[in-house]
Amino acid sequence: MNMIVTPVSPAAPNGTNSMPNGTTRPQVRIVIVGHVDHGKSTLVGRLLHETGSLPDGKLEMLKAVSARRGMPFEWSFLLDALQTERDQGITIDTTQIRFRTNSRDIVLIDAPGHAEFLRNMITGASQADGAVLIIDALEGVRDQTRRHGYLLHLLGVKQVAIVVNKMDRVDFSAERFKEISDEISAHLQGLGVKPTAVIPISARDGDGVAERTDRIGWYKGPTVVEALDGLEPARPLEALALRLPVQAIYKFDDRRIVAGRIESGSLVAGDEIVIMPAGKIARIKTVESWPVTPVAGRQGAGRSVGITLDRELFVERGDIIAHANSAPRETRRLRARIFWLHDKPLAKGDQLLVRCGPKESRATVVAIEKAVDPGELSSVENKAIGRNHVGEIDISLSNPIATDPYTENPRTGRLVIEVSGRIAGGGLVLSVDAGQRAVPVDIVPVESALRPDERSARYQHNGAVVWLTGLPASGKSTLAKALERRLFSNGGSPILLDGDTLRAGLNSDLGFSTADRSENIRRLAEVATHLARNGHIAIVAAVSPAREDRATARRIADTSFREIHVATPAEICEERDPKGHYKKARAGALASFTGIGNDYERPEAAELVIDTSTRTVAEAADEIEQMLKTTGVLFDEVVDLAANI
Amino acid sequence: MHLLKDDSAANGLSSPALAERAPGQEFSADLAPSMDHLDQLEAQSIYIFREAFGRLKKIALLWSLGKDSNVMIWLARKAFFGRLPFPALHVDTGKKFPEMYRFRDHYGKEWELDLRVEPCPPIDAVDPTLPPAARSAARKTEGLKMALGKYGFDGLIAGIRRDEEATRAKERVFSPRGLEGNWDVRDQPPEFWDHFNASPPQGAHLRIHPILHWTEADIWAYTKRENIPIIPLYLSQNGKRYRSLGDQDITNPVASTASNIDEILVELEQTKVPERAGRALDHETEDAFERLRVAGYL
Repeated sequence: MNMIVTPVSPAAPNGTNSMPNGTTRPQVRIVIVGHVDHGKSTLVGRLLHETGSLPDGKLEMLKAVSARRGMPFEWSFLLDALQTERDQGITIDTTQIRFRTNSRDIVLIDAPGHAEFLRNMITGASQADGAVLIIDALEGVRDQTRRHGYLLHLLGVKQVAIVVNKMDRVDFSAERFKEISDEISAHLQGLGVKPTAVIPISARDGDGVAERTDRIGWYKGPTVVEALDGLEPARPLEALALRLPVQAIYKFDDRRIVAGRIESGSLVAGDEIVIMPAGKIARIKTVESWPVTPVAGRQGAGRSVGITLDRELFVERGDIIAHANSAPRETRRLRARIFWLHDKPLAKGDQLLVRCGPKESRATVVAIEKAVDPGELSSVENKAIGRNHVGEIDISLSNPIATDPYTENPRTGRLVIEVSGRIAGGGLVLSVDAGQRAVPVDIVPVESALRPDERSARYQHNGAVVWLTGLPASGKSTLAKALERRLFSNGGSPILLDGDTLRAGLNSDLGFSTADRSENIRRLAEVATHLARNGHIAIVAAVSPAREDRATARRIADTSFREIHVATPAEICEERDPKGHYKKARAGALASFTGIGNDYERPEAAELVIDTSTRTVAEAADEIEQMLKTTGVLFDEVVDLAANI
Repeated sequence: MHLLKDDSAANGLSSPALAERAPGQEFSADLAPSMDHLDQLEAQSIYIFREAFGRLKKIALLWSLGKDSNVMIWLARKAFFGRLPFPALHVDTGKKFPEMYRFRDHYGKEWELDLRVEPCPPIDAVDPTLPPAARSAARKTEGLKMALGKYGFDGLIAGIRRDEEATRAKERVFSPRGLEGNWDVRDQPPEFWDHFNASPPQGAHLRIHPILHWTEADIWAYTKRENIPIIPLYLSQNGKRYRSLGDQDITNPVASTASNIDEILVELEQTKVPERAGRALDHETEDAFERLRVAGYL
């Protein structure tokens, strides 16, 4: 016998993973998948019974319930604890059950076989180290068998044991077993998955589950329990390159902590790191923790950590921290192999939200290369990826992201797709379009022959991007012009970049869709940043309603960015309406107009907030000038300069 | 070694040589200390807390004062470097044990919690067709709904665990609740690779379950390792202790001689009695618990 007979309840402390003799027991999470009615729940019930894992009285209680309902007892009732499930006779969701084999603690994730619940199967299987794919000996390989096989491959589950169930229904025929075994093995090997075992069983009677009975005397391989005993638990990916996706930046006290989970590799205080996709370089100052902080020593993959850096850089959620010599690729376009769960098929041109770790970006499907139903024997290719189907797609991203192909890093090389705020699909990054690794940049490349300090000595200010955001008619352009005049009068070099003006030329190819607005802002930010790097003060006046777009602008301009929220109340803006836009929008003649809806996302941490309804233009310009002084853009001795000439 | 979620992908790519590498073999001077089971649970919970805090606008942690929610507060403080950056909500039935109220008042202060104590409606206001104990627990659901209405939280962090009870095993980490706070077990969004659905429909809210993947034994082992305070009712007195703490009138102690956490762990190793055996409401009818959950009970 292969089993530990000591009773263990589902709540037993297998989590501590220690044997009485002090050795550790690996914990392995497995999922049982397969076509509906091929006997998953029966196998689970049988496994629990055979391993003595059932709570006292549970079996008796369920037998009594069955009797009360006038139904013969089924092993699957053990799992079908929900009333709704029993009514329908199908498992509708994953449950997690624990038991022990000789050398493993097994966490068993049941996953439903009904096609209707593929999202639940994926939810369960995505957490598994290994899988058992169950096939009815009478029915053989069915569409959902193939589909689940394919999904195991897409989810990255490589250890798959096959059980051919209901052998009692085919008189324990070795020939029938071989037929099914050959078919499924060929299917899986075509996907690059090699079954760890193919086992003939009768879950109802117990043959092949924990014991090789006489009825399957011709079978010499492992039992189900033995096969489970041979599964390897997944390991953190410490030997791969460091990937720390940034989850959040916390400033609860005087520390500025960059928090995230190390997905692969390891880090230690003192490491030189690069923040991707921007490519900025810094050193890890400390690794913060609680209750003891800071912590010394190396932190490996799997840890949720918080680090501080040796310099003030703009870091945001979704950035990836890596070591400088092994940074991930920065890309705006990638190819992915995905599974699709949404009712509406995925088609070329669809707008999506893509999440790659904590990073999210709006995206467009630019091509669909393959679209197949993995359940069908002959794969018919389609132009759209239907619900529960798989395919390969090219995605164009509105923001650059840092990622790795799946083959190089299975943690950062995968993504999920959201539609209307709900996860609609997921898949693996096959390749990224960048072609080469982004080169980390330590300093701003100055192409000009003039040094920044030569310019700042003349202008008496540093380069900056002054970004005025606010509702239409809030006074941005008026303020921008006043500021331009004032800076110029003081010998500075201000340059006005008005959103509408640039739309007439540089951005004339852009409309007012969300994606176009983002691109408009990105270009404004790039131009403004170029000017700032050359010592000018670029004054940008743009509604820029999306917080994410402004975050992009800040990332591009980095430390030279100064955000001013022109927070004039909406009613007053509408009353002013110098361009007549509000009027047109109210009349329905101006689509995509920001102002009368709730689509303006207020800045949360602007350098300055100005309400133009409560102060004069001169007063507002004073405030801006003061802010530019205190934040190191304007030098204080402007007046003295004139005196010295 | 094993991570709690979605390591399946990792598994395929780790080479056998890497897999079998023992600490000290290759990178002896430079190897990160390996993570044990509790480290992995902790890291996963911290990840969930940070996702909840970052992606939702207004959240609160449901503090039932029991062992699970105390572990949750501890984990949150790990996630946020010593503080709970959102309110701790105690939906008070008024029928808890005196020891529990003492615990709340003491540690609410010591841990510097933004504690909000919210009352429940009188029993007459609750569905009279429910069996008595379930009806009593349903009061708490009503109290919770009132608190939700009062503060407008879009996310509530709750300390339920998959191993506690069969219906809880069906839960997601980020679990959407309808406008009435109800749970639609038949239409749960997919959740994989630690990507959570964080956009509840307008007016609805999310339940977030940072310790869904923990077991009762994990809770105790972690409580011991981290030296987290507990209510003494969990320890044996006169041959009995509470495994799970609810309202006084619907919670019963179990026979036990375990007078410290080590003894509790040994006891759990041997028992086949479910954790919630002392909770009357689970046993009244086959589906009482599920009916409560559908209506928004934790």
